[in-house]
Amino acid sequence: MHELSIVMGIIKIAEDHARAAEAAAIDEIELDIGTMSGIDMDSMEFAWTQAIQGTMLKDTVRKINSITAKAKCLDCDTEFEIKNYYDACPVCGEHLIEILQGKELKVRSLLVS
Amino acid sequence: MCATCGCGSDGKTTFYLVDKDQPHTHDHSHPHDHVHPHDHGHTHAHPHANEKKIIDVEQDVLYQNNLLAERNRGYFDAKNILALNLVSSPGSGKTSLLERTLKDLKGELEFAVIEGDQQTNNDADRIFATGTRVTQINTGKGCHLDAHMILHAMQGLKPKDNSVLFIENVGNLVCPAMFDLGEKERVVIISVTEGDDKPLKYPDMFHSSTLCIINKTDLLPYVPFDIEKAKANAKKVNHHLEIIELSCTTGEGLPLWYNWLKSKVLQPEAV
Ligand SMILES: Nc1nc2c(ncn2[C@@H]2O[C@H](COP(=O)(O)OP(=O)(O)OP(=O)(O)O)[C@@H](O)[C@H]2O)c(=O)[nH]1
Ligand SMILES: [Zn+2]
Ligand SMILES: [Zn+2]
Ligand SMILES: [Zn+2]
Ligand SMILES: [Zn+2]
Ligand SMILES: [Zn+2]
Repeated sequence: MHELSIVMGIIKIAEDHARAAEAAAIDEIELDIGTMSGIDMDSMEFAWTQAIQGTMLKDTVRKINSITAKAKCLDCDTEFEIKNYYDACPVCGEHLIEILQGKELKVRSLLVS
Repeated sequence: MCATCGCGSDGKTTFYLVDKDQPHTHDHSHPHDHVHPHDHGHTHAHPHANEKKIIDVEQDVLYQNNLLAERNRGYFDAKNILALNLVSSPGSGKTSLLERTLKDLKGELEFAVIEGDQQTNNDADRIFATGTRVTQINTGKGCHLDAHMILHAMQGLKPKDNSVLFIENVGNLVCPAMFDLGEKERVVIISVTEGDDKPLKYPDMFHSSTLCIINKTDLLPYVPFDIEKAKANAKKVNHHLEIIELSCTTGEGLPLWYNWLKSKVLQPEAV
């Protein structure tokens, strides 16, 4: 379950930034997570509740911006939403596609006090 | 717990350089003698407790891993080391492929190996038996290698200039996909005893690999594996993916793999 490593990474980034800003508490954290980032949200949820114990994120409100994956067909230039790498272009049926968005996995902002 | 990788809840990663005189005694857990970027030492209590403030972080969660991966990549490039990350489900034949390769190409190419496993040293012992320099990383509960572990493994292994470095990842097609180790190429191995829909079930891994090896072709007569379907599925996920079919047991197809390998080795520039 790599989601635990990912949550640990999020905690480290958040705590580093909060400490650098000399904040006492992190009230909110805003995350960008693409639908094709490789994160399973149920595993993430489980890892989150385990990992935040004893950290500055223990009582933090979490806001997740889910970013829907989009691709562009390299054959006919159609842009379309995708769920999987193997989704074909809805117009020409080709599998030659380029991912435009949906791989995001980042800490966007913190609200600290 | 190591601050950079956060692997497993106990974070206990150990490294063994397998060695003739002292088998399995080089046991050091995370010697932190290098500077990790992002450690701030502000400890004093904060005076304005009620002021709320937004911090624009805009940081990739894998930033730390990717930074260390680039650092590894720079080291490999400088020494002209071809680093390959071998990934597969448990038991697809990663270690068997390495054993064959190390024996068959001995004298032609210089090799070093990093073995990733949660608990045992079995794979490293098998590699050591071929006469190759090998370091075992035990990840404990961690289900993948990360760039930070490779960086530490390298400190003991010290691969030679112009060598090929094989990194056998933990048997798992999910987690290792997200962690760049600094490798030049990622090689995904499946065997015909698995489903031909593997690429569709684990698309991230097949998407991020450059070569797919289909192993255990000697068993094709006995299993319902449709090799053309498996290849088509792999191509659907990644149209750049090269595919080689082989059997580590009979040796069929191995020359294709050896040719691929040699084509990736850059000859050192003549001075
Ligand atoms: N029939 C057949 N068996 C093979 C072949 N290659 C490997 N095996 C067998 O498959 C089993 C697993 O092989 P390993 O090389 O240990 O697989 P691995 O991917 O290193 O396994 P882990 O490190 O546990 O993930 C062993 O019993 C091998 O003998 C092959 O080409 N044909
Ligand atoms: Zn994992
Ligand atoms: Zn199209
Ligand atoms: Zn670690
Ligand atoms: Zn370290
Ligand atoms: Zn193995």
